[in-house]
Amino acid sequence: MTDVKPVLRLEDIVKTFPGVRALDGVSFSVLPGEVHALMGENGAGKSTLMKVLGGIYQPDGGAIFMGDQQVVMAGPLEAKAKGVMFIHQELSLAAELSVAENIYLGELPRKSFGRVDWAKLTEQTDAILKKLNVSFDAKTRVGDLSIANQQMVEIARALTVDAKAVIFDEPTASLTDAEKVVLFDVIADLKRDGVGIIYISHRMEEIFKITDRISVLRDGQYQGTVNTADSTEESITQMMIGRKLDLSRNASHHELGDVALEVRGLSCGKLYQDVNFEVRRGEVVGFYGLVGAGRTEIAETLFGLREPSEGQILLDGQEVRIHSPADAISRGISLVPEDRKGQGLVLGMNCRDNMTLPQVDDLKAGPFVAEGAEVAIFDQYRDRLDIRTPGWRAQAGNLSGGNQQKIVIGKWLSMHPNLLIVDEPTRGIDVGSKSEIHKLLRELAAQGYAVMVISSEMPEVLHVSDRIIAMYSGRVMRTFNSEEVTEDSLIKAISGLSDDKAA
Amino acid sequence: MSDMSQNASNLREGMMASMSKQQIGRVLAKQGILIAFAVFMIAFAIASPKFLSVDNVFSVVRSSAIIGVMALGVTFVVISGNLDLSVGSMMSFSTIVVLDLHDKLGPALAIPAMFAMTLCLGAFIGFLVGYLRLNSLIVTLGMLSAIHGLTLTYSGGQNMDIADKEGTWFSVFGQGTALGIPVPILIFLILAALLGMVLAKTPFGRKVYAVGGNGTAATFSGIPRARTVFYCYLISATCVATAGLIQASRSLGSQNTVGQGLELEVLAAVILGGASLLGGSGTVFKTVIGVLILGFIQNGLLLMGLQFYVQFVVTWIIIILAVWLDIAAKRGKLWSPIA
Ligand SMILES: Nc1ncnc2c1ncn2[C@@H]1O[C@H](COP(=O)(O)OP(=O)(O)OP(=O)(O)O)[C@@H](O)[C@H]1O
Ligand SMILES: [Mg+2]
Repeated sequence: MTDVKPVLRLEDIVKTFPGVRALDGVSFSVLPGEVHALMGENGAGKSTLMKVLGGIYQPDGGAIFMGDQQVVMAGPLEAKAKGVMFIHQELSLAAELSVAENIYLGELPRKSFGRVDWAKLTEQTDAILKKLNVSFDAKTRVGDLSIANQQMVEIARALTVDAKAVIFDEPTASLTDAEKVVLFDVIADLKRDGVGIIYISHRMEEIFKITDRISVLRDGQYQGTVNTADSTEESITQMMIGRKLDLSRNASHHELGDVALEVRGLSCGKLYQDVNFEVRRGEVVGFYGLVGAGRTEIAETLFGLREPSEGQILLDGQEVRIHSPADAISRGISLVPEDRKGQGLVLGMNCRDNMTLPQVDDLKAGPFVAEGAEVAIFDQYRDRLDIRTPGWRAQAGNLSGGNQQKIVIGKWLSMHPNLLIVDEPTRGIDVGSKSEIHKLLRELAAQGYAVMVISSEMPEVLHVSDRIIAMYSGRVMRTFNSEEVTEDSLIKAISGLSDDKAA
Repeated sequence: MSDMSQNASNLREGMMASMSKQQIGRVLAKQGILIAFAVFMIAFAIASPKFLSVDNVFSVVRSSAIIGVMALGVTFVVISGNLDLSVGSMMSFSTIVVLDLHDKLGPALAIPAMFAMTLCLGAFIGFLVGYLRLNSLIVTLGMLSAIHGLTLTYSGGQNMDIADKEGTWFSVFGQGTALGIPVPILIFLILAALLGMVLAKTPFGRKVYAVGGNGTAATFSGIPRARTVFYCYLISATCVATAGLIQASRSLGSQNTVGQGLELEVLAAVILGGASLLGGSGTVFKTVIGVLILGFIQNGLLLMGLQFYVQFVVTWIIIILAVWLDIAAKRGKLWSPIA
C-alpha cells in the first residue's frame, strides 16, 4: 500500500463559517482503488470537507493535491473536469426534468445547431441505468421518483465520466437493502478500475463491509486514519466521540397501558388496504417494509394529511375523523416526517422558530409569541438531543444533516404527544446520537407514550420495537412479537413471501 | 450524555471567540440596504443643499406615505410567498368609492363602507390564491384590470369630486397635521409600527414566514396555509383602503386612474427593502427603508432637474441594482455559478 501514489491528498484544510470552525486543519489522502471511509459525529465537518473537495466551498487555508500537482477547485464543474465526482447527501436534482436530462445536465449530447440529441441521450442514460439495475427509465420525470430512486439518479450521474475519485456522502441513507447491494457492486466496479472512493456513512456494518481504511473527524479536527481490518466498531466509535458507547437495548419491561390507537380495516385507494393494528400506551410498534409498502401513507393518514377511503381510526377507544394536521396535533398526535428538508423544516428560519412552530399559538404572552419560553424549549431539547449549533439564531439550513434531523425530532417531542409517529427517525444520524434516540424512544414508551416507528433499517426496528408489523405492497403481512422475531422471517414477510398471515 | 454536552458547550465557547470579526462582515452584508441608503443621502445632500431641508424631507415622506402604506400590506403577501399586483387599481377603486359615498352618506359612513368593499375584493383574491391555490401572479394581474373595470362601471367613467370641498372634516386624513406632523405621515408610521409588531412578534407573523419559507413544512406543522395566505390579502386590502382614504382626502376629487402603475412602485419598495420574491424573508422595517429610498431617490432626481418620467427608468435600474447587490452580499461574490 505504501508505495502507491495517492490520487487525492488534502493538507491542513481549514474552513470557517460565521460562528463555526467547521474544518480545523484536516489532512488525509485517498489511494487509487481504495474505499476510504470518512466518519464522525453529526456536524463533525464531513460534508463540508467534501464540498471543499468538490469545489462548492473554497477553503480558508490548506491545499489539495491530485497526483503530484496542487490543484484549486474553483467550482463544481472544474472539480468534475479534474475527475472528482460528488454524490451529495442532500439531493440536488431538478424535479421537473427527466432522469436523462438530470444525469447529463450541462453537457447534453448535441446535434447540429445546438439541438439536443435526444436519441443518443436516452440511449446513453439507459445504458447506465441498466448497470444500476433500477426500475425506471431515462424519460421518467425525476419528481415522480421516490427519494431512494432519486438517490440512484445521483449515483448514475457520477458514472458518466471517467472519474479519478468519487465521493459518496451518505448514499445509503434512503436506500433499501436491495438497492444497497447494487450500489456496493457499483463501488466494487469503480474500485477495480483504480478509482479512489471516499465513503461517508453512519452505518457501521457498511463501513466494515466495503471500506479499506477509515479516517475520523471530531469537531472539525482530524483524529487519524486506521485500516478497517485492524479496527472494531468500538474503537471507531471511541475515536469519533471520545468515549465508549452503551449499545445495550433498554429491555425495561414496563406494564402496557390502554390501547391508545386502534386502526380497523383502514384503506386508502391503491396505497394500502385493509390495515388493522393497535398501539398501546407504553409500547413501541415498529413498521418494517420496503419503500412503497404503504407505511408512510398510513402515518400521513393518521396525521390528517390523507383521507382514508374506508375503515376506522380509534383514539382512546373513540372513533375519530382526522381532517388536518392541526386536528391531529390537537388530538395529541405528532409526526416526525420522512423528508426533513421538504416536510420537516423551514430551512430559512432559525432553529428555535422551527422547533416551536407547531405550538406558536400556545406559547403566548399577551398577543405576542413568548420568546423566552421558546428559547427555554429550544435549550431543553438542544441539550437532550445534543444538537450542535452555534445558537438558536442559526438558520436551520446551515446545520449539518444530522443536526437538522434532531431539530425535527425535538420539535415533535416538545409537543408531548399521546401518540408519537416517527418516520425514518435516524436517517443520517451518527451512532452516538442514534443510540441516544433509540434510548429516548424506549424511555418515552416507559413514560406511557404510544410510539410508532417506521424504519427501513432492520437493526433499528429490531432494537426499539416491542412488536413489529411487517408490510408488503400496502398490506400488513404479519405482526411479530420482539421475542419471536428473526431476521429471516422478517425479510420473508416484507418480500411478500410469507403466506401464514397472522395479524 | 454528560461529556457529550460538555463537548458541545466547549464548541459553543470556541465559536464565540472567533465571532467578532466575521460578525462585522455579516452585519455589513445584512445591512447593505441601509448603507446604500446612507450613501445615496449623502451624495444627494452634497449635490443639492435643499435636499435635506426639513421642508423637503417632510414633503418626500408625505408623498411616499401612500406608496408606503400599501407596501406594508404587500410585505405580508410577499413574505407569504405570493404577489399582489392589484393594489394600484384597488386603490383607485377605494378612492373613487369613498369620494362618491362622501356626498351620499356623509364621511362617517362613507369611510367604513369603503373599507368593507375593499376588504371584499381582498377576501376574493385571498380565497382564490389561498384556498383554491391559484397562482397569485395570474390572479392579481387579472384583478388589476378587473377592478379597473369595476371602478369605471361604478363611476360611469366620470371623475369623482366632493361638492363642498371647504366644509368637510374629511380632508384631515390627507391634509391635516397633528403634533406638527402631517397626518399621512402619522398614519404611515403608526400602521408600520403596528404591522411590524404583528409580523415580528405574533404567532400569525411567524406563520406567514413559515408558509412563505416552506409551505409543505408549514402544513406538516399544523399551520393552516390557506387561511394564513387569506389573511395576508386581507391585510393588504386594508392597507390599500387606507391609502385610498389618504389619497381621496388629500385631493377631495379624483380620476379613475389615480392608482395606476403604483403596484410596481410598491413592489419595488418591498424588494428594495430586501424581501425575497420567493417568500419567507423580509421585514416591515426594511420595507419602510425601501419606501424611503425610493421616495428620496425620485425626489433627488427631480431636484437635480431631471424630467419626472426619467424616474421610471431610473427606478427600474435601482431595483435591479438592489436585487443584484442583495444576492451578491449573500453569496459573497458579484457573480457565481452556484447560488
Ligand atoms: N453554509 C453553512 N453556513 C454555516 N454553517 C455551516 C454551513 N455548512 C455547514 N455549517 C456548519 O459546519 C459544521 C459541519 O457541518 P457538516 O455538514 O460538514 O457536518 P457533517 O459531518 O457532514 O454532519 P452530518 O453527519 O450530520 O451530515 C456544522 O456545525 C454546521 O452547522
Ligand atoms: Mg453531512
